[in-house]
Amino acid sequence: MQLEYFLTIAAALFCIGIFGLVTSRNAIRVLMSIELMLNAVNLNLMAFSNYLDPAGVRGQVFTVFVITIAAAEAAVGLAIVLSIYRNRDTIDMEQFNLLKW
Amino acid sequence: MNLGEGVQLVSFGLLTALMLGSALGVVLAQSVVYSAFLLGLTFTGMAGLYLLLNADFVAAAQILVYVGAVNVLILFGVMLVNKQMAFEKVPGLALRQATTGLVCAGLFGLLTTVALTTPWMLSTTTPAGDGAIVAIAQHLFSDFLLPFEVASVLLLMALIGAIVLARRDLLMDNSATGLSDDLELKLPERPKASLSSGGEP
Repeated sequence: MQLEYFLTIAAALFCIGIFGLVTSRNAIRVLMSIELMLNAVNLNLMAFSNYLDPAGVRGQVFTVFVITIAAAEAAVGLAIVLSIYRNRDTIDMEQFNLLKW
Repeated sequence: MNLGEGVQLVSFGLLTALMLGSALGVVLAQSVVYSAFLLGLTFTGMAGLYLLLNADFVAAAQILVYVGAVNVLILFGVMLVNKQMAFEKVPGLALRQATTGLVCAGLFGLLTTVALTTPWMLSTTTPAGDGAIVAIAQHLFSDFLLPFEVASVLLLMALIGAIVLARRDLLMDNSATGLSDDLELKLPERPKASLSSGGEP
């Protein structure tokens, strides 16, 4: 059990999240990929907290903050997806060009 | 290697396989409902990894917030926008996916190289363990007090913002706008295109 194991699987999870974020066309799945990336960051913070700063648990405090922000982000993101779905009648990411010139 | 380390290593391997496999399933599954359930499995495996990292409070928070709230929210989202429609073909999609996979593999290699070659200054003090809850509370009310309060304000803002965004706003007087319903639906860039077809009491 070493720090490098946790860092490696956090990197793998982050890369899976980026892949899903770029390639998936369903807007809900894009939100799920963002959650995966946030979880990878959380795992990094927890691993550093356990191996580099075991007594003062600052990494765990940061993880609690990130969990809070992720919950808020999921709520607002789903509200945006619902609003776009009502207006455009699709959740295909390729057709969301409202902010293109 | 004594028994404790062996158990730790085996559970680490099992949790890693569970988590990475279900994360791949989230991205690659055909049905988005399967993706949502596999996302819950990913969060649960992540909570197990937190337990291996001597953080029982954060593991409980992970289960409560992610599996209990975020995942249920995403399932509600899947239910509300459940549109059984095949996406239109876009030219060059396979090339785009291959490029993205290549870039992600390169990023993974880069991150792994950095993680393996950096000489980490490992600490040898014993972890806080069960005292972590007390330590977190002391951090939250002393040196992290301002971020704590700002986070509460942010949660309130997200709450109100989500309600405002997801609320269905009906145009009260459709005739006063001077646009017929057909013309209104043909304006794709209209910022608040209303679906005011009635139906609600």
